[in-house]
Amino acid sequence: MSIDIDHITKSFGTFRALDDVSLNLPRGELVALLGPSGCGKTTLLRIIAGLEIADSGRILLDGQDATEKHVRERQVGFVFQHYALFRHMSVFENVAFGLRVKPRKERPAEADIRRRVNELLDLVQLGWLKDRFPSQLSGGQRQRIALARALAVEPQVLLLDEPFGALDAKVRKELRRWLRRLHDELHISSIFVTHDQEEALEVADRIVLMHKGRIEQIGSPQQIYEEPATSFAYSFIGNVNAFRGKVEGSFVRVGSDLLAHARTDLAEGEPVVAYARPHDTEIVPDAPEASGVAARVNRVLSNGGISRVELIANGPERGGAKDYFEVEVGSDDLARLGLANGQRVRLRSRRLSLFRDQASG
Amino acid sequence: MSSANRVLPGFGLSLGFTLAYLSLIVLIPLSAVFFKTATMDFDRFWSVVASDRVVATYKLSFGMSLLAATINVIFGLMLAWAIVRYSFPGKKIVDALVDLPFALPTAVAGISLTALYAPNGWLGQLLEPLGIKIAFGPWGVLVALVFIGLPFVVRTVQPIIEDFDVGFEEAAASLGATRWQTVRRVVFPALLPALLTGFALAFARAVGEYGSVIFIAGNIPYVSEITPLMIITRLEEFDYEGATAIASVMLIVSFILLLIINLLQGWTARSTRRSV
Repeated sequence: MSIDIDHITKSFGTFRALDDVSLNLPRGELVALLGPSGCGKTTLLRIIAGLEIADSGRILLDGQDATEKHVRERQVGFVFQHYALFRHMSVFENVAFGLRVKPRKERPAEADIRRRVNELLDLVQLGWLKDRFPSQLSGGQRQRIALARALAVEPQVLLLDEPFGALDAKVRKELRRWLRRLHDELHISSIFVTHDQEEALEVADRIVLMHKGRIEQIGSPQQIYEEPATSFAYSFIGNVNAFRGKVEGSFVRVGSDLLAHARTDLAEGEPVVAYARPHDTEIVPDAPEASGVAARVNRVLSNGGISRVELIANGPERGGAKDYFEVEVGSDDLARLGLANGQRVRLRSRRLSLFRDQASG
Repeated sequence: MSSANRVLPGFGLSLGFTLAYLSLIVLIPLSAVFFKTATMDFDRFWSVVASDRVVATYKLSFGMSLLAATINVIFGLMLAWAIVRYSFPGKKIVDALVDLPFALPTAVAGISLTALYAPNGWLGQLLEPLGIKIAFGPWGVLVALVFIGLPFVVRTVQPIIEDFDVGFEEAAASLGATRWQTVRRVVFPALLPALLTGFALAFARAVGEYGSVIFIAGNIPYVSEITPLMIITRLEEFDYEGATAIASVMLIVSFILLLIINLLQGWTARSTRRSV
C-alpha cells in the first residue's frame, strides 16, 4: 500500500525527534530510512506503525487517514530490532499467534492455520525448526521467524526496525540478500530502518536519508551516492575527503593551499567545505607550490587491484589537529607513483563538490 | 566426574556448607518437634491432633492462608505492574509503603487493624450497619493475613515485570491482539512462575503468622482460632507433647503444600521461560 506522511512532528520532552517530516512512498517499494542514531528514523517507523503517536501531522495508508487508527487495525507487520519473539511459545506458535488472536468470525480453522504457518516457515526456509523455542535459535534464525510472524497476518506494509543490527557481519550479508529476494517475490511495500549506509545502498529501491529529525534527501541508491544533495549527505554516504576553507575566485583556499573549483554561485570569502570521494582524489608527488592540498603519506594499504593510501595533513594553520585523507589508487598507478611512507605530496580532485560550511559559518 | 576435572571448582565446598547450615538452622530445630512428639503414644497423639476444636483451626488457618495468598497474587500483581510501568506522583512512597508489612512488628499490625475494623473503629462502624463483621471473627484473620503477605508477591513479581520488555506487548498488538489477549497469552505466561513463587511465600508466611492474627481474630473456639494459637495454648498449659504434636501436623501439611507449589512453579518455569 502507498504511504503518505504528512507534516509529522514529534518531540520527546525538549528533544525534537521529528521536525515537520513529509514523505510519499509509492506501493510495492523497498525503502530504507537511513541516518545516524538519534536522527528520528525509528520514531518515524513507529509512528507509521501506530506504536507511537505524532504530536501533529497525519499518516495516510492507501490514501486513507490512519492517524487515529490503533496499531492493531493498521494492517502493518512490524519486525522489532530484538525480534520480540514470545519466549514461552514454540516457533510454530509464534508464527501462528497473529492468526489465533483474530476475532472468532475471521479466525481460520485449525487446519488452515497449520497450512498457512507451514507455508510461511517454508518461505523463510526454517520449517525444520517449528517445534523449537526462540532461545534455541541463532540470531539470524530468530530474525527470519520474526519476519514470518509479521507476514502471517498478511500485512499491507512491512516495517523493519534495524533488521540486521544485532547480527554478525557474515549473517547480515546473507540476510540482506535474502530480504531483497523475498521482497522481489512478495512485492509487499516495505520500509526498513538502518544506520548502515552500505546496507541501504545494497538492498533498497529508494533511500530516505534523515538527519536531526529532518529528511536530507530522497532518492535511488545511485542518486544518493553519486549526487548527494547536502553537505551531510556527502559526508554520511560513502568515504569522503573533506577540505574546509574559503572561496577565493575559482579556488578554495585551504590553509595556505589552493584547490580549483568550477562553481560560480559562491560569494568571495564564503566559508565552504569541499568534498571529494577517495577514487576521485589524486596524488600529485611533484606539484607546484600552492596547487592542491599538501599532505604526508601515512600508510599504503594494498589489497587486490585497488590500493588505499592514507595521508595526513598536519599544518600549523589547522591548529595542530590532524586531518586524515584517503585516496584509492589502481595498482598500476601506485607503482608509477612509487610512494614512500612520510613522503610529502599534494592532493587534487577530479570532482570536487562544494557546500557552504555551516560548522564554521 | 571427579572434582579434579571440573573447570569451576567449589561444588563440594558449597554443597557441604549448604547441608551443614541447613541442618543447623532448619533441620535440627524442626526434628526436635518430631522427637518430642514421638514420646507420645499414638492414641494420645490422635486425640490431640484430631480433636474437633483443633481440626477447626486447621481449616481456618490453611483455608484463610490460601485465600489470602490468592488475593495477594491478584492485587500484588496489579500493584507491582503499576509501580513498574507507570509514573505517578508519590510513586517512590508507594514503593516504600509496600515493604512496611515486612518491617512492622506483627502485634502492631494486629492492634491497628483491630482498631480499624472493630465495630466502633473507623471502618468497622461503616461496615457494621451493612451486617459485615470483620474484627473478632474469621474475616478478621483474612484481613491480617492479606496485610502481612502483600510484600512477598509484589517483591517477587516486580523484577520480572521490570525485565519484561514492552516490545513483547507491542509485537502482540501489531499482530492484531486485543489488550486482553495480549495480557492473557503474552504477559501472564511470562509472569506465572514469579506469581507462583510469590503465592508460595505469601502462603507460607500466612500459615505461620501469629502476632497480628490473635488481636483481630477474637479467638472464638471452633470459629476464629488459628492453629498457632492452639500450639501456644498447649504450651501455656505445660502440655509440651500436645503442642509439638499439633506443630508436627502443621509442618507436614505446610511442607506438602509448599512442595506442590514448588513443583508447579518448576514446571511452569520450564514451559514458559526457556530463558535465552
